Amino acid sequence: PSTEITENAAKYDEMYAEWSPNEKVALEVGLGASIAGARTLVSMKHVGVNVAADPLFTLAYTGINGGLVLVSADDPGMHSSQNEQDNRYFGKAAKIPVLEPSNSQEAKDFTKLAYELSEKYDTPVMLRPTTRVAHSQSLVELEERQNVGVKDYTKDTLKYVMIPAYARLRHVAVEARLEELKKYAEVSPINRIEWNDKKIGIITSGITYQYVKETVKDASVLKLGMTFPLPAKLIREFSQGVDILYVIEELEPFIEDFVKSLGIDIVGKELFPNIGEILPETINEKLLGKYLNPAPVLNTPVRPPVLCPGCPHRGLFYVLNKLKVTVTGDIGCYTLGSLAPLNSIDTTICMGASIGTAIGMEKARGKDFARNLVAIIGDSTFIHSGITGLIDVVYNKATTTTIILDNRITGMTGHQQNPTTGYTIKGEPTKEVNLELLVKAIGIDRITVIDPFDVDNLERIIKEELAAEEPSVIITRRKCALIEKGINTTTCIIDENNALAACAV
Amino acid sequence: MSEVTNILIVGVGGQGTILTSKVLSRVAQRLGKDVKVSEIHGMAQRGGSVISQVRYGENVASPIIPQGEADIILAFEKLEALRALPSLKTNGQILINDQEINPMPVVTGAADYPIDTIEQIKKKCSKTVVVDALKEAIAAGNAKAVNVVLIGLLSKFLNIDKQIWLEVLQQTVPAKFLDVNIKAFEAGRNL
Repeated sequence: PSTEITENAAKYDEMYAEWSPNEKVALEVGLGASIAGARTLVSMKHVGVNVAADPLFTLAYTGINGGLVLVSADDPGMHSSQNEQDNRYFGKAAKIPVLEPSNSQEAKDFTKLAYELSEKYDTPVMLRPTTRVAHSQSLVELEERQNVGVKDYTKDTLKYVMIPAYARLRHVAVEARLEELKKYAEVSPINRIEWNDKKIGIITSGITYQYVKETVKDASVLKLGMTFPLPAKLIREFSQGVDILYVIEELEPFIEDFVKSLGIDIVGKELFPNIGEILPETINEKLLGKYLNPAPVLNTPVRPPVLCPGCPHRGLFYVLNKLKVTVTGDIGCYTLGSLAPLNSIDTTICMGASIGTAIGMEKARGKDFARNLVAIIGDSTFIHSGITGLIDVVYNKATTTTIILDNRITGMTGHQQNPTTGYTIKGEPTKEVNLELLVKAIGIDRITVIDPFDVDNLERIIKEELAAEEPSVIITRRKCALIEKGINTTTCIIDENNALAACAV
Repeated sequence: MSEVTNILIVGVGGQGTILTSKVLSRVAQRLGKDVKVSEIHGMAQRGGSVISQVRYGENVASPIIPQGEADIILAFEKLEALRALPSLKTNGQILINDQEINPMPVVTGAADYPIDTIEQIKKKCSKTVVVDALKEAIAAGNAKAVNVVLIGLLSKFLNIDKQIWLEVLQQTVPAKFLDVNIKAFEAGRNL
């Protein structure tokens, strides 16, 4: 849910935009630009912040020079993610402000405000849209563009060199900043009470605010645009003005726990689950007791996403499925290889995890187990965080076979360039990472590159590499069928008598 | 808020549902309405079910259509029409493209494609319209214009000046495909 931000930023010639190899590098580039004086936005999905957490927590100490906004696009309901962690806790843990827009207009307005707060309070600011905000569109009123320019850079080791002696001083500054931010939260225009009927009072933030306005139109509402730090006085004032107080927030009881810590009675997670999304009907049912007639049970087979017709990954999964090997998987289109009819993947955890997981399995179960074990990882995921795993293979003498599925693009998120494709986000040619040389430099001696549609040879090679009691890398290289389409199509004739037995793609 | 029009567009990834919601939302914007569009399309290119929701009126809060409140469902595929049916309000209108795309569980034999999809829908919804948009698109000159045929069909059921639709189409589709798309729109509107 964050990809589109960077893609659209790249359309503006006056802005510099890049795809970084991973979120940690992205935030480091961002903080460098900020320290050098430029306003910077670093955008990622919720799990990306896990990767960027290391620079984030210390950036919170150093503060910024040019304003820095970190967009964390959270995904309640896991529309396209491996977990539904609530990243407001990252804001709290790093002690930086968290803003939650509820529609497209606020996404823009809050970003502008975030830069003002960032520069006024000398802090990175987290902007946290959720998928329903990120993937919805609503009308936006634009303003005159302001050109703020790049601030001066001056060396300031006490602020930017976080050796313990200086970091101790900065921690004091962080706590003082937090006190100032708490004062701001009380008066911020984005935290506001909408008085209405006082029987029911609802505290809410983000997209659930819109659902509340849709369903409980006559309730009084405390809309929190800023959810860290929270405004204690404002919450107390609101709670005293209403008969029953509810908090409606997706995922964790982040606001609720704070309200309860103030000694205020509030109804929250006992009604509104911390699993999955809250939808308008959730509020109708749980708060208003309005149950719609249960939807009739219809006989509709599910329609899960599948690898596209002509997808090069299909050739690989055909072979893996045939060989019945254990496969540690990774994050990308090829995660779909876990589903029927390919059924080929044993684990999927996070970006880059495939290789480390395979090492761990081999160390736990022995070298014989590794004779039937492969790690699979896509080209851009390998660049993101697979390289370090492969270094561990060599360094710690594992004998794992790693397959890099190189389809010459970042497929899953809609065809973004990456360091292996030879093009930047703006489509400019650049030097591409040579995977073979990189893998060789790491210390892998057995390297094969093969077209995954050459299934007979692919099967032979996988068998050979599995049998070898040393680390190996197989690069299955063929362009994503969606970029290849129309360019290099071949005509296939299906012999129905033999099709079931022989058709791999 | 009671004056919000809710249109649910459903189909299979790759069928062009997103252009449809784009055109519809721009048409509503032209009318001076508040508009919200919700699209969950992470898997749009991978043959999964896709859903677009368009809401317009004087003031629209939620981008999601509350359960059972869709005024019109525009379905690009029959099974997706059946799946979406519980979202339709009482006496709502459902417009169905008579196309059958087998989902993977059907391809692998783990499930059957319901043989009586349209009958099941008609039993529950008296306002069911079934069209062959693919045939019309081919006649208009491009099989890919199925979505624009369906936009034309949808336009019949919304009381909006035809000229506005045509102007928005002109701004939305690439110039070299404009003629085909206008033909497709007219074909859909005349169905």
